[in-house]
Amino acid sequence: MKYWRVPLDSEDVQVIRGTVCILKDRCKGCGYCIEYCPRKNLEFSKEFNAKGYHPPAVKNEDCLNCHYCELLCPEFAIFTVEAPI
Amino acid sequence: MKNRPEIQPTHPLEDLVRMDRIPHIWCSGCGTGSIFSSCLTAIKQTGIPYNKFSMVSGIGCSGRGAGYINIDSFHTTHGRAIPFATGIKMAKPELNVIVFSGDGDLFAIGGNHFIHAARRNMDITVICVNNLTYGMTGGQVAATTPHRAKSSTTTAGNPETPFNLPLLAYASGATYVARWTMLHARDLADSIEEAIRHKGFSFIEALSPCPVNFGRRNKEKSLDTLKKYYEKTIIRNGANPAEADIDFNKGVILGKFLQISKPTHDEMYKKMYGQSKPNEELKTS
Repeated sequence: MKYWRVPLDSEDVQVIRGTVCILKDRCKGCGYCIEYCPRKNLEFSKEFNAKGYHPPAVKNEDCLNCHYCELLCPEFAIFTVEAPI
Repeated sequence: MKNRPEIQPTHPLEDLVRMDRIPHIWCSGCGTGSIFSSCLTAIKQTGIPYNKFSMVSGIGCSGRGAGYINIDSFHTTHGRAIPFATGIKMAKPELNVIVFSGDGDLFAIGGNHFIHAARRNMDITVICVNNLTYGMTGGQVAATTPHRAKSSTTTAGNPETPFNLPLLAYASGATYVARWTMLHARDLADSIEEAIRHKGFSFIEALSPCPVNFGRRNKEKSLDTLKKYYEKTIIRNGANPAEADIDFNKGVILGKFLQISKPTHDEMYKKMYGQSKPNEELKTS
């Protein structure tokens, strides 16, 4: 995100970061998490899982722990945890 | 990869799901799983102990919900989820009874039960997964299939007018009526939480794509349906349910249509019959 100036309290504010955990073998490759990640942090991986789908993979470590992928995934295959700062 | 935990922790909803039955039967791209996970999130958010819940569902794809949840649940006969829920609520009024079922089960074969439970204001929460078709049996035309939509039994388009479910619930006497789509997962979870806490008959319609039996015949993939949910819906809380028919050309209204308080069936019944046995009353009079 670009600011027109650096916010005055930028040093005090701690941005929460998340870590995405993917349970690859549960994925059925619907692509909801990839399409609707607000940070566009996920992409289809090249590898196949046990069911023959391409599970998501983390593109860049830019997760903000919003849990939206966790809520949207129909397979209970992806979730986020707060990353240690 | 940095900060990647060595041992992956378990999914936060796993304590509410019968993990031995996972993977579930829902197809890739089906929204029922998302709505189910929103429902579990809502149950978690309420903070009420899990043994104070009961889930009932009928027959159909979404009827499998009761089989996958790890709390007391009933998988009932076709269309009769609401009568079972009514029975549970009458026998154990302290339970929070959730009916999780589909549009065919609740409004085609079980339509009569729905309107009468709403009329009585039974204190149950009804979540209707509306995928606009009979998904499990092969995509036949349903009571909610939009006008002109193709199905396996109306190959040139549906000539009928579909149900407007929020209006039906409103007219029958429901005291909480809302509609969301599976894409509005957070709003849906919050709405289900509110409905569980609400006293009286609560009805939530959740739109869901059916890529295999509805989308395939209408030339839309599940992500196209979700795009439609994103672009063609408008959130208008307190809108008139009469305007809430599903027509994506004109835009679909989402939100909480109604929340009023009315004496529930339990309260009315206890007031009239709870204090003394009916037979004794007869003897004294």
